[in-house]
Order: sequence, then structure tokens, then C-alpha cells
Amino acid sequence: MIVAERKSLERIEAMIEGMQKVLVVGCGTCVAVCLTGGEKEVELLAAQLRMKGKLEGHPRTIDEITVTRQCDREYLEQLIKHVAEYDALLSMACGAGVQFLAEYFGDQIVLPAVNTLFIGAAEGAGVWTQKCAACADCLLDQTGGICPMTICTKNLLNGPCGGTQHGKCEVDGDKDCAWTLIYRKLEKIGALDRMRIIQPPKNYRPMTKPGRYVHEAYQAAKKE
Amino acid sequence: MRQEKTAGFEPVVVAYCCTYCAYTAGDLAGSMRLEYAPEVRVVKIPCTGKVDAALLLRALEDGADAVYVAGCAAGDCHFREGNLRGKEAVAYAKKLIAEIGLDPERLEFFHIPASAGPLFAERANEMTARVLRLGPNPLRQTRSQPAGRKLVREPDPHPPLPQTKSGCLIREAKRGTEPVEPIKKEAKQ
Amino acid sequence: MAGGLQQAFAEKDFVVTAEIGPPKGTDVAEMLRRIDLLKDKVDGLNATDNQAAVMRVSSLAVCRLIRERGGEPILQMTCRDRNRLALQSDLLSAWILGVRNVLTLTGDYVTFGDHPDAKPVYDLDSVQLLQTIDALNHGKDLAGNELKGATGFFAGAAVTPEADPLEPQLLKFEKKVRAGAKFFQTQAVYDLDKFKHFMDQARKYEVKILAGVVLLVSAGMARYMNKNVPGITVPETLIQELADAAKDQALDRGIAIAGRTIRRLREEKLCDGVHVMAIGKEDRVPDILRAAE
Repeated sequence: MIVAERKSLERIEAMIEGMQKVLVVGCGTCVAVCLTGGEKEVELLAAQLRMKGKLEGHPRTIDEITVTRQCDREYLEQLIKHVAEYDALLSMACGAGVQFLAEYFGDQIVLPAVNTLFIGAAEGAGVWTQKCAACADCLLDQTGGICPMTICTKNLLNGPCGGTQHGKCEVDGDKDCAWTLIYRKLEKIGALDRMRIIQPPKNYRPMTKPGRYVHEAYQAAKKE
Repeated sequence: MRQEKTAGFEPVVVAYCCTYCAYTAGDLAGSMRLEYAPEVRVVKIPCTGKVDAALLLRALEDGADAVYVAGCAAGDCHFREGNLRGKEAVAYAKKLIAEIGLDPERLEFFHIPASAGPLFAERANEMTARVLRLGPNPLRQTRSQPAGRKLVREPDPHPPLPQTKSGCLIREAKRGTEPVEPIKKEAKQ
Repeated sequence: MAGGLQQAFAEKDFVVTAEIGPPKGTDVAEMLRRIDLLKDKVDGLNATDNQAAVMRVSSLAVCRLIRERGGEPILQMTCRDRNRLALQSDLLSAWILGVRNVLTLTGDYVTFGDHPDAKPVYDLDSVQLLQTIDALNHGKDLAGNELKGATGFFAGAAVTPEADPLEPQLLKFEKKVRAGAKFFQTQAVYDLDKFKHFMDQARKYEVKILAGVVLLVSAGMARYMNKNVPGITVPETLIQELADAAKDQALDRGIAIAGRTIRRLREEKLCDGVHVMAIGKEDRVPDILRAAE
């Protein structure tokens, strides 16, 4: 899922400076799971902003609402009746949600309260690590399910580099060397031959931004 | 031990005490006739694991000068690790209020075993003394100022997961147990 | 057309290469002096390429200067700073400017250097870069287009004989050979038994191996390298030898150690030569070579 972290309070304050009425909009999917932008976090941020406003002598109204997710129109419909009265919508969703919200409410100022970090998974309580770089050409079959585009800092397809030391990456001694992991995994599953293949240079074309994906079923309908 | 009220204001201290340990200690302090700061308002909760940062922030927003959470001793929580969660919630809330410029000393977590009547009184006095030192919560004056609310969220017209009233989501297909006979090819006439 | 380095491998039993570190800036007087000092004493001079991710004059320009002054340049190319277009473009440029040897490297990550916020490229890795050089040598670019004039590079790569674990390194070594590497410069070698073990594997292939020899200037430097540089293990005996030397004698001791290592490698015919690395102390390389006689 998408992992995000809340922006610093100074940054958020700077964004809403001078505003009188702000609606904090939370998202109940990815950012809720990584404890950054769900209903609880919206409560906390709204409380902080209210208190800060009062402490600094410029009280303002901070309302809160959390929708199921901000990347589908149907979940945004219920906001229509509320938004007009606000100076800005402070969205706690990932970048996709913020932009979608901004597009949906074209006349509103929509602000991002979180930094979208990566596609990742939970390593343990409160710890998420990046798993996928969305490279549009998955090669996990070649590497035993460990992604060199993501776990290898240099995204090498024919690794390891000379900087690997005792299974750790030269860039960050706490990080594992992806290719040592891949070697051990391929050895374990009896597929070491895959590591002998010289992987050709990565095709970066599918990663051209902004990406667009149309489901096959809908492609046919469009043609008609 | 009565605190000298030289500060010129009446402190408001809220104590969330878990039923099994801290509140029991409070009862004990009462029956031992121990005097402690009368400004402390004790709120009985089933377990400090119930406490989350939002609760503490709300208390401060509503004008409490200090809030403390009292739970069982480490390892003694009636609900296993509720007290550890309560402790984490307080630590997190301290960071959040520091961010907005309130002194994190206004929040605290204490372990108060059920038998520790005197300790209960001591902590109550300690927090009140802190408040007298730090001064009143600046948010006191503005506490009745409306500053926002939670909007009512409507149920989703098409919820992501189907609502089931009962039973299971998947219908089991009835599968045969007889092996399937291969189709005999007709000999051409 | 066989370049000087390739010829040296064909004619000599023991080849010696050294390194020139470019300056950070346009004042090349000091560097030119070092080039002149070393050009006739070694069979090839590497010009490093933004080594350790510190921005400096590019390897390409330095190689041209080495060539002009009569030395044998070895272009170093990392994959960190250029995409496949720039890499191929620079390779063609290098050929035109008279460079015949290339050493392909992945490249230290940007955070090691003095521009840690830079965007790392790594469009190709060292194996794919070797394949690219092979393609250019056959008159085609990476996309398959015909070239108007091919290259004929003598391509090399790096290897770490004392890596731990060693097996993934050996797998990659083998891939580099298949991709077209003809010579290798290794990471610093100190444990000659481990090196022999590596050479047992390497001798299966028809490639030339130059053992890396790093000049140690003090015990402190040796300890630092043990801790921080992957694939280097300076044995305790050598650290002790450096520590025992008087303060201003440590460098000479380091030179003696380097000379000894080179001599042993040559006499025991363990490999095809050495690559001497004395960054910051290039002036003393002739002393090392003398100590190795």
C-alpha cells in the first residue's frame, strides 16, 4: 500500500497561514493503515491546529471529516455540500488523493498535509519499508521475489556491486544488500541459474509519466 | 499535603486512572485519610490502554492545566499490556503538544500499583506542583471559543466491502465426488 | 589497432597500472606533473571518474591529456552519473580523442560524495555497460543502429576478490567476462591466500587480472579501511608493522609493504600484474615500484 508521513507542523502552518476556516479531510485507506491520515490522525491534527491558533492569538475554525478514500469520485460526493464555506481543504491523503480532490473541487484551494513516501508493506508495528518502485515491468520471477529496482539502492539488474559488505549495502549499513538476499533466495529455491542470466538494460519507457492504464474490457467498449 | 495557592489561579488537573490499579490506589488513599491536592479530578477508566493521544489533546484544548494517566505497574496490567499502550499514547501526545508550543510537562504517565495509596497522593501533588510552576494553560481563556467540529459523515452508497447481515460471503459450490468418465468416442460408421 | 595496454598484456608477464586523480577545478598543473612523473613507468594510467561521488574533472578530459603527453590512458566510466545515451556518447568521444582502454564501474552512490542530494542515474549497470562497449566495438549502438565508424575498446571491469560472501561476486565476475571484459583490476589485496583462492576461479577464463595494491600511509588508515571500505581486510600483522614504525617513517613502511606485496605477486606468478592505488600520494608510486624490484 501507499505509505506516507505527516508533514511538519511548521510546514502545514505556513500553508494555512491567514486562513479562517479549514476543513481537514482524511482518507480511510492507505494513509489510515500507516497511521498518518486516517480518522484518528485527522482528529489529532485538527486539535493541534486549533490549539496552536488559539495559543498564537489567531483563532480559526478547523473542521474534520474522513472519507473512505479520496481517489474515487463516489466517496467525494458527500463533501460537495460542505466545501464551499472553507478557505481551504487540507487533505491527509496521498498525492493521488490530494490531486483528485483538487480536480473534483476545482474552485477550492486543496493543500497536502502529508508527504507520500512509497509503495510498501509493514515490517512490524509502526514500521513500513518500500517494496515496489512501480517500474511497470515486474521482474520478480527472475530474482526470487526480491525487487532489485527497489531494495537495491542502485537498482542494479546484474548485481551485486563492489560495495556490498557482509550482506549489507554500502550506502546504509542497516540496509540489506538486495543481491546478497537474491543470491541466498535463489539458492534456497534451487533457481540460481536465474542469477547467471545477463539482464538487459531496463526499459524505462513504461515508466513514462504520467502513466495511464485502461482496462481491456473498457478498451473494447471505447472502440465501439 | 496542601499546596500553597500562591499562583493566583486554581489549577485544573485531570487524572485518568485505571480501574484495577490506580483508581484502587486512590480509594486506598482515601480510606487512609491521606490528603492530596483537591484540584485533581479523577476519571475512572477500565484500562489506560483505552487512552489515546486525541483524548489527552482534547482535555488540554478544553482548558485542563495538566493531564496525567495512571496505570498498573509494568507487567501487572489486568489486560496484559494496556498500560504499555497508555504510556506510548502519553509519550506521543507529549510530542504533539510540544509541536504547538505547550510544555510537554503538562502530560505524564505514572505507574501506580493498587496498594500504593501514598504514591497516588504523591503523584497527584506532584502534577499540581508542576502546574503551579508552569502556570495556567494558556488555552484556558479560549476554551469556550468554538474552533471547529467533526462533520457528519454519510454512509457510502457503494461500500468497498459488501455489507453482510449474516453468514459468509462466498457461496460454496457443490462439487461432485464421483470421478468424471472420459467421453467415449463413437466409432465412425 | 591494439592499444598500448593490450599490447603490454600480450608481451609482458607482469603489467603495472596506476591511478591519476583529477582536480576539483580547472587548475591541472599539479596533475600534469604527476602524469609526466608516471607515464613512462607504468603500462597504463587510470583517470578516475568522480571517484567516491565527489565532483571533479571528468575522466575523459584527463585521458586526453594523458594521451597528449605520451601516456597510455584508461578511461574509467561509472554508471552513476550518465544515462545510456551519455555513456555511449562519451565512449565514442573517448575513441575519437585517442583513448583505447575502458574500465567499467557501477560507481559509489551519490550520498558518499559532496553532492549528496543529486539524482543518481544507474540507467545501466557495469555488466550492461560492458555489453554496450561490445556493441559499439561491433559497429552498433545499444538500440541496434549502425554506427558511422566503430570503436575497438579494450574493456575491463572491477572485482573484489575478498568479498564476503564471495559467491555472488564470482557470479557477477563470470557475467562480466561473458559480457566482454578482457581485463580486471581488483580491490586491494592483502590476504594472498584468499587471493589465490579467487585466482583459482578466475583462471578458468581467458582474462587478465591486475591485483589492486593500495598504499597504506598509517595504521590508522589501515584500520579505517578495514572498517569502512567493503572487500578490504588488512591483516593485523600489517597494521602492527605500520603501528611499530616511527611517526614519520610510517609512509616509508607503507611503501615497503606495497613493494613487498607486488614482488610476491610477481614472483609467485599469482596474476598478470598490479594496479597501484596511491590517491594523494601519486608522487611516491615510483618509490613503490622501486621497492618491488
